[in-house]
Amino acid sequence: MTAEKQEADVRKLVLYVAGETPKSLAAISNLERICREHLDGKYAVEVIDLKKQPHLAREHSIVAIPTLVRQLPVPIRKIIGDLSDTHKVLISLNVTAGQ
Amino acid sequence: MKPREANAGMAEGIGKSRTGIDGFDELTLGGLPTGRPTLVCGGAGCGKTLFASTFLIHGARDLGEPGVFVTFEERPADIVSNVASLGFGLDDLVARNMIHIEHVAVDSAELAEIGDYDLEALFIRLELAVQQVGAKRIVLDTIESLFSAFSNAAILRAEIRRLFDWLKERELTAVITGERGEGTFTRQGLEEYVSDCVLLLDHRVENQISTRRLRIVKYRGTAHGTNEYPFLIDADGFSVLPVSALGLTHKVFEERISTGVPDLDAMLAGGGFHRGSSILVSGVAGSGKSSLAASFVNAACRSGETALYFSFEESAEQMVRNMRSVGIDLQPYLDQGKLHYVAARPTFYGLEMHLAIMLREIARSKPKLVVLDPISAFDSSGQEAEIQAMLLRMVDFLKSRGVTGVFTHLTHAKSDETRTDVGLSSLMDAWILMLNREISGEFNRELYLLKARGVQHSNQVREFIMSSRGIELRKPYIGAGGALTGSARRAQEALSRREQILRASEVARLEQQVRHRRRKLEAQIEVLRADLAADEIELKRLMDNETAYVKQAAADEGAALEGRSGLAERKASS
Repeated sequence: MTAEKQEADVRKLVLYVAGETPKSLAAISNLERICREHLDGKYAVEVIDLKKQPHLAREHSIVAIPTLVRQLPVPIRKIIGDLSDTHKVLISLNVTAGQ
Repeated sequence: MKPREANAGMAEGIGKSRTGIDGFDELTLGGLPTGRPTLVCGGAGCGKTLFASTFLIHGARDLGEPGVFVTFEERPADIVSNVASLGFGLDDLVARNMIHIEHVAVDSAELAEIGDYDLEALFIRLELAVQQVGAKRIVLDTIESLFSAFSNAAILRAEIRRLFDWLKERELTAVITGERGEGTFTRQGLEEYVSDCVLLLDHRVENQISTRRLRIVKYRGTAHGTNEYPFLIDADGFSVLPVSALGLTHKVFEERISTGVPDLDAMLAGGGFHRGSSILVSGVAGSGKSSLAASFVNAACRSGETALYFSFEESAEQMVRNMRSVGIDLQPYLDQGKLHYVAARPTFYGLEMHLAIMLREIARSKPKLVVLDPISAFDSSGQEAEIQAMLLRMVDFLKSRGVTGVFTHLTHAKSDETRTDVGLSSLMDAWILMLNREISGEFNRELYLLKARGVQHSNQVREFIMSSRGIELRKPYIGAGGALTGSARRAQEALSRREQILRASEVARLEQQVRHRRRKLEAQIEVLRADLAADEIELKRLMDNETAYVKQAAADEGAALEGRSGLAERKASS
């Protein structure tokens, strides 16, 4: 996980889903919208389907679906749920609308 | 699926999976329900995790059933090291891919919940783990941790219900642990999801002594006792001890066993007690209870049987040394393994635990004779009724196995010996009362057979003498004032010995006198007889003379007639 170089402005979000369930699809579209509207593309987003890569659930210690993990910058933050509340997501990611 | 197929149909009854926990498999007639979830609930530190790990490890190691250990709290390394002290070798099983430990770490601190979610990732991980080892068994310890990590209880409940369905679908024999809640079996009401088997573990402290107990709350399709069974966690792991009253259907023995004291055997018609009897030896301090118990042990070991001695007062070394002074050497039997000696202070465990440990020891060493020395040691550790219940179970257990039990009981000198033990009496087949009475300035040990069911026995109080030659029972001196013991007996015996000597010498003297007189008379008879013989000789001589005279006279007359012949002829013809 820490193999990547920690550059000044690198921000990485990983979204774990399991197949194309309504919850997963909602989370993906919500995250895409939030990134587009509020984060100005500062975050690199990766979507991992655990149905396809089940061992990653173990390796990354994922229990709930969907889970959004902000790996960088540290500390790691985890958000679970379909991300339907944009305001809460931004607070949890520690970014305010003006940032 | 191979071994389980036969059990799959409910019509044939439930298949059982052995847990490898001593006693538990016997109690449940085979273990936990195969392919079904079992809920094990209890408070903190009551042994839930150990129960679960034993179940899993036994399956993997001894039955070839791989398993998955899902831990929500402890790290896998902790689990391995926790059971390492019990010699389970969990790390080896993990290395051989017989067990997989899945650590589900959930940290609520770094978790935010926004919107709808489920625990699909957990299912994915479980599926992966189960497939990886081909698991037949699974442990979830403790699933309730999820409730502290996730705040949406509605989602959690739905997911846990789904999890139980998932387990049943895969026919995994599962153990789910749960923390004991207020008024419910588990804090989160997990029992409502598990309909097959619910076990309750309990850890109570009374009078500063802790006792662990297990109860089968529910076990669908299996007759089970609702009793609480004490269990033990020690160097040998988890063991449940079924101690139930077995009813009065014991095997009865006609065979007699020696008490080790020939004099005591002789007091019982037929020699000794029946095998399988429970024998109470009660007495005041220093009356020789332990020595008599040791004598029983000595007799059993000498005849090649195994004996088990539970002491609540003395260590083995102390016992061996003390018994040498009464001519009993137990050391060789200890060395040969014929005698097992278990010493524990009564306050070391609770009553239940003592009983449990004793029963386990008995089951292990299979003795023919068991000594509990002394049972009165428990008087301070619990209530009278509980002690009684414990002894009842002990006696029942021994009888069911045909084991002779010797129980010593210390009575207080002040109280009435036969009254204090009234409760015990009904449990016991035989009762040997040991007295230590003061009579004219000295204490004498005495023994009395208060009762011996089914054996005719002497009613005498015998003097109990311990010396380096062993134990002897002296017959008392029965005088006008009752039975005498001690120096009173010795004085009386000396007196009668002296009298006897006097009488004997008198008889000898009289005998001598008679003999002397007889000799004198015989001598007189001899003299008379000699006189008589002399007289007879004289008489004979006279008679001979007379005959000779007569003959001569006749001859002489003939000759004279011849001289005057004519006269003689005339006279003859006329």
